[in-house]
Amino acid sequence: MTPPNAPLLDIRDFSLSVDGRVLLKSLSLTVEPGRIVALAGASGSGKSLTALSVLGLTPAGARAQGSIRLEGRELTDLSDRQMDAVRGRDVGLVFQEPMTALNPVLSIGTQVAETVRAHRMAGRDDAARIADAILTRVGLPADRFPRSRRPHELSGGQRQRVAIAAALALKPKLLIADEPTTALDVTTQARILELLVDLVRREGLGLLLISHDLALVARVADQVVVLHEGAVVEAGPPPAVFAAPRHPYTRRLLAATEPARRRPDAPPPPVLPPLLAANGIVRDYPLARAGWWGKPAAVRAVDQASLAVHRGESVGIVGESGSGKSTLLRTLLAADAPQAGEVRLLGQPWSATTEAARRPLRRHVQMVFQDPVGSFDPRWRVERLVAEPLVLLDSPPGPADRRRRVEELLEQVGLAPADADRYPHEFSGGQRQRIAIARALAVAPDLIALDEATSALDVLTRAQILDVLADLSQRLGLAYLVVSHDLAVVRALTDRVLVMQGGRVVEQGPTLEVLDRPRHPYTASLLAATPTLAAQVA
Amino acid sequence: MTVMITLEAPPEGGRRHPLALATGLVLTALVAGAALLSLVWTPHDPTAIDIAGRLAAPSAAHWFGTDAYGRDVFSHVLAGAQSALAVALAAVGVGLGAGVPLGLAAAARRGWVEEVAMRGSDIVFAFPALVTAVLIAAICGPGAVDAIAAIGLFNIPVFAKVTRGAALGAWARDYTLAARLAGKSAGRISVEHVLPNIAGLLLVQATIQLSLGIIADAGLSFVGLGTQAPRPSWGRLLADSQTLAGQAPWLVIFPGLAVVAAVLGLNLLGEGLRARLNPRREA
Repeated sequence: MTPPNAPLLDIRDFSLSVDGRVLLKSLSLTVEPGRIVALAGASGSGKSLTALSVLGLTPAGARAQGSIRLEGRELTDLSDRQMDAVRGRDVGLVFQEPMTALNPVLSIGTQVAETVRAHRMAGRDDAARIADAILTRVGLPADRFPRSRRPHELSGGQRQRVAIAAALALKPKLLIADEPTTALDVTTQARILELLVDLVRREGLGLLLISHDLALVARVADQVVVLHEGAVVEAGPPPAVFAAPRHPYTRRLLAATEPARRRPDAPPPPVLPPLLAANGIVRDYPLARAGWWGKPAAVRAVDQASLAVHRGESVGIVGESGSGKSTLLRTLLAADAPQAGEVRLLGQPWSATTEAARRPLRRHVQMVFQDPVGSFDPRWRVERLVAEPLVLLDSPPGPADRRRRVEELLEQVGLAPADADRYPHEFSGGQRQRIAIARALAVAPDLIALDEATSALDVLTRAQILDVLADLSQRLGLAYLVVSHDLAVVRALTDRVLVMQGGRVVEQGPTLEVLDRPRHPYTASLLAATPTLAAQVA
Repeated sequence: MTVMITLEAPPEGGRRHPLALATGLVLTALVAGAALLSLVWTPHDPTAIDIAGRLAAPSAAHWFGTDAYGRDVFSHVLAGAQSALAVALAAVGVGLGAGVPLGLAAAARRGWVEEVAMRGSDIVFAFPALVTAVLIAAICGPGAVDAIAAIGLFNIPVFAKVTRGAALGAWARDYTLAARLAGKSAGRISVEHVLPNIAGLLLVQATIQLSLGIIADAGLSFVGLGTQAPRPSWGRLLADSQTLAGQAPWLVIFPGLAVVAAVLGLNLLGEGLRARLNPRREA
């Protein structure tokens, strides 16, 4: 049956349509053992659907044509029962979000052993032994990571290692990783990629890597397949494809991967007093109480951080998860009070005063959040959502004026006035971030804080949002406070940057200077961990 | 009493729920219909005593038979639905009215407000319900008010805890932070954002507490602490007939079935609503 030289995975002329809509158009690709093939494209390009098709997990009512062969065996003809055996045993899957992919109540040892036992590959003791060996293999040795640990006791990167271990438990020949590092910060991302590459090279696994990040793809893949609207527009080894992209879509993706700088070369001289000034901010988080009467221990999230944002200026804060940048931001916005230090807004007390005293100043600072889903009340229409901060104005507009103002704001961020009547769930991620920007603009603030505002978006959408933000800053003289682990965004959008590590500001200066000639070793390690196209293609 | 806290419907539950919802609606409508009907009409006076026709088996004249005093059991069951529902509804009203604001305040203010509300709830939970009912009966005398106060008191911590848990979830979402940045007070955010987003959950909990209230009311009147004679009640009908169960099984079967129908109906209704009202978060 099995031809001797059949590739590990061979997708040929595969098409998929749901309700008459063609989602994949005669797609072809092959994965050989010991090789990494990357599927690249924006959201909605059909990347994940391709992976689900290989696993036989296509949506209900989907009609498929063409062939998907695993070691020469046709998968599209298999029954659900037969596919169950293929999933996990022949093909392992790693998802983007390790927390939701893992069962929170199972220990990591059981988690991995379960997979082995579910496929009846071993008894309880053997399964535990296999799980232990694989967890060690993925960089979680038993002495430092007891097998009784639960997922919530691990960091994001460690959880992703557990998810990879679970996917590898049955020694699959093919591993499919769907944006495996998108939810992780750059240093963790680099380590997880290293692990995946090592597994492929040493164990002869085939890896189908799905990613919207071309720089990352360029770093690890042997072969890249660019998908656009369900069809392959270009394929080949990354250096060749990226050095001389033939298809306009590939060129657009490449341009968006390293967005152009959108700030004036020489920032205006700072006007005093600064818009927002923070001095020696300290912020502790209490840990869970050890006993009933014990005083809860605290962890210092922000330690003696100081910064100033001037009118019209854009300041970035970078650092990996847990570096304290989001905590600092909450303090700067007076959502939390600092334990020490003071924040002043427009030269007036901000952190060291009552909420009532802050209220008249609130309209000067607004915020755009990371999560385009959670930042809107799902039961409110866009008009009400965008108009919410208007209560901060001295004389809030009446219904007719309010409607006009919302329509005007929506047009400013590139949405249609009629969108005011829709609910947030009817929009895509990029559109929702536009709504969030419109809401932040409603009270004509001087400063908008952007908390990882583009992290949940693919590169093309990210580029569009960066355009909107750059345009608004230029027209309205807006200042930005850009909190991000994405150095490309910080490079494109900020004049100055602060680098945070373990709650402290370890380096700061003009953005290009810091990112091109880092002085602190931590900044250098962040930069080294960030994949860039130039480094790979050159 | 059981506290049931479930925030999200299981994803595979979607297909099963229409049946649960329909069954729940039918049973609940039956019980509510019986209660409403008894307000205007019962086949016989449920309290009329007829010693000559005592312990009659179910017949065309007496569909569910008669009890030891010759009272018509069918009329008694119909009228009993009225008092059971009235007590359970009033008790849920007490629980919602006091528990929801407590839970909202605990989630919005955290700190000592939360400590006091939650530890207070624990204390109420720890108190045996029956003892509380006896205490209240001792103060204001046994009767429907006694039952409402005792059951309502135990509903307060249930709603306080459910509200707080769900409200904390809403407070963790960025839209509440956005509302704070829009200068809105914690109280206003609780009313505008938090309450509407947890209302479905509270409705589900309310139907479940309603069913528990019906059981509790039946239990309290069974031991003589709830609705008093001669007002009809399922619990008292069961209590009056327990020694006659072997001789006249219809005396326990019909009021028993009525309790089961009410409780099962409300539970299924709650289960069905839970799936229906799960807020649409994503497209």
